[in-house]
Amino acid sequence: MSTPKTTETHPMNKAFPMINRREAVYRLAVLMGGAMIGSELFLRGDSVPDKNPMPAFTDADRVTLDAVGATVIPKTDIPGAEAVDIGAFMIMMVTDCYSEKQHQVFQEGIGKLNAASAAKFGGAFTAITPEQKTDLLNELDKEQREYNGKKKKDEPAHYFRMMKELSVIGYFSSEIGATQAVHYIEVPGAFHGDVPYKQGDRAWY
Amino acid sequence: MTEQSFDAIVVGSGISGGWAAKELTEKGLKVLMLERGENVEHITGYVNALKAPWEAPHRDRLSNKTREEHPIPLRDGFMHESNANYWVKDHDSPYVETRPFNWFRGYHVGGRSLMWGRQSYRWNKFDYEANLNEGVGTDWPIRYEDMAPWYDHAESWAGISGSHEGMEQLPDGNFLPPMELNVVEKDVAARIKTYYKDSRRMIIGRVANLSVAHNGRNNCQYRNKCDLGCPFGAYFSTQSSTLPAAVKTGNLTLRPFSIVTKIVYDKDTKKATGVEVLDAETRQTYTYNSKIVFLNASAMNTAWVLMNSATDVWPDGLGSSSGELGHNIMDHHFRVGASGDVEGFLDRYIFGRRANGFYIPRFRNLFGDKRDYTRGFGYQGSADRGGWQRDVAELGIGAAMKTALTQPGHWKVGMTAFGEIIPNHDNRMTLDKNVKDKWGLPVINFSAEIGPNEKKMRVDMANDAAEMLEAAGLKNVKPYDNGYAVGQGIHEMGTARMGHDPKSSVLNKHNQVWDATNVFVTDGACMASSSCVNPSLTYMAMTARAADFAVDALKKGDI
Repeated sequence: MSTPKTTETHPMNKAFPMINRREAVYRLAVLMGGAMIGSELFLRGDSVPDKNPMPAFTDADRVTLDAVGATVIPKTDIPGAEAVDIGAFMIMMVTDCYSEKQHQVFQEGIGKLNAASAAKFGGAFTAITPEQKTDLLNELDKEQREYNGKKKKDEPAHYFRMMKELSVIGYFSSEIGATQAVHYIEVPGAFHGDVPYKQGDRAWY
Repeated sequence: MTEQSFDAIVVGSGISGGWAAKELTEKGLKVLMLERGENVEHITGYVNALKAPWEAPHRDRLSNKTREEHPIPLRDGFMHESNANYWVKDHDSPYVETRPFNWFRGYHVGGRSLMWGRQSYRWNKFDYEANLNEGVGTDWPIRYEDMAPWYDHAESWAGISGSHEGMEQLPDGNFLPPMELNVVEKDVAARIKTYYKDSRRMIIGRVANLSVAHNGRNNCQYRNKCDLGCPFGAYFSTQSSTLPAAVKTGNLTLRPFSIVTKIVYDKDTKKATGVEVLDAETRQTYTYNSKIVFLNASAMNTAWVLMNSATDVWPDGLGSSSGELGHNIMDHHFRVGASGDVEGFLDRYIFGRRANGFYIPRFRNLFGDKRDYTRGFGYQGSADRGGWQRDVAELGIGAAMKTALTQPGHWKVGMTAFGEIIPNHDNRMTLDKNVKDKWGLPVINFSAEIGPNEKKMRVDMANDAAEMLEAAGLKNVKPYDNGYAVGQGIHEMGTARMGHDPKSSVLNKHNQVWDATNVFVTDGACMASSSCVNPSLTYMAMTARAADFAVDALKKGDI
């Protein structure tokens, strides 16, 4: 009996392109498909012993970040990110969890955001209208997507990607987000593997 | 001095140590169980188990402080903010990597039984015969038939939920009712079954979570927070299961903060007389005497204790006469598989957080299949709808993005293979006396890596996964190989293997150290090969079997 080659599998098996995803198991005991938000920023493999002292975030920074969060996740029929103190959350996460390089990019990003706002609409981010805020952040979102597609793996992400991810994480994992935007049950008590779903129903946390 | 003498000493309080304590105390022995780390009380010790997501300060992301305290677990994604308290402080207990080794540890009462993945499978008869048939490593001195009654025993007590499949490569056992595959997994399972004419099967994982109340313990509440400790006692751990049984006998003494530094060996009787303990808090040294010693410190630390027990008689450590002590390190290599997108089922969803997934038992190199490598692998995975954490760049910002994330995404299937590693004498650990831990003790120096057999296997592990997902009709199917270093599977094995012959093995068929027959090793160190299934159930069964023998032998005066 001849031994088949290792790569020879079923006839229908075509040459699959190998991908190299840096995708870690998060909470779940099994691997899931798909990337997780913030995985690049939070699933770093490095240990950060000590950050050099960084300039303090100011109240004005917090107010600006509140405005960013409120634009990324606005109030709809349920509260938005402004209801969860999103600016303070971002500052806390950047201070406690980001590497020095990431921290620096984020912090400088606040200045860049205001500069972009001034150039386009003639005022700081907090001073422009809600429509102008949305316009600007849509533009920055496009910019960060392009930047992130091209950047080297070990380079920090675009500052607006950081702000967007922190807005999403801070909002959905807050009590308001987890219980009003999505649906969290502390003790489900049972598992049902096939229940009806209709478009618009909230997802589980 | 009287309180310092016991019938038996059990070193370690994890999965196998807990079982040793339970079995030995229930058979009437006065047992001292030694644990190097702190105590974690059942229920009250699980400090984060009942917290809501928003109560985690960094919403379960890792702070730089936690990263600094636990650098080794950063090599994979199992540690997060809420379970970080169970992971060893790596700087206190360093190790040396001559070749990369991922050593993920939990030093506390219960050990990794609090942190484990809970997947529980019997070995099959081929696993126990493979070394002999292939001339690899050394032959197991036991066969499936020797273990079968002890698998029964372990499952009956621990509570393993699972389905009866009648598959020779994955023997059925005393199962609690199975958990449920979800609607998409059922569909994929049916397609795989048809496509491969039932030669491959996707089943619900067999897991040490109680699908119904069992032995006075609550059934699983489907919270999927097992790694925080279960306040319902719904998965098997030392705390939920074996420790209360041992305590109930009145025969157990548990001593936390007790680092066993050596086994005391009497060269006249050729037996151990007890162990030396370094108190991790006071740094005082104590000696405890016993008639027998069970080493259950986890595979690598069990070998460390034996090596550190060197005497004039055995300069390389107790149990070193064969030259195999510390060699033949095995694990399961993984982080290779495939994922894909499911079309449809958008009107279907799930309720509850099932801490389990599907399992695809081994199909390679069995029943006439023959590859250019030996042994095989199984898959673990699940089908899920994306949640709010899904990374969808095209969603942009604003109300539309917010609303989209309040609803589930499409279904995806992801799976990873767990492959067998064959024993290799060159994969080894040694004592590194140049590097000391926090307590001044020599540390382990690891040198191990996977070889050609495993590397060839990984090609199939990715391709077969992708092929099955395509056969099941998934789209955008992508195989992946995220790389692997030994230890990462957290299934360390083999450093004190069992065998027929004291010249080529450390332990005999009853897990006795050939060089000191009142010392038993029943954790992962005893393994002569690794199978591809998760090993903990085998450690439970092996420990119960050895304890039964040990008590019999004690009564007969044989040891």
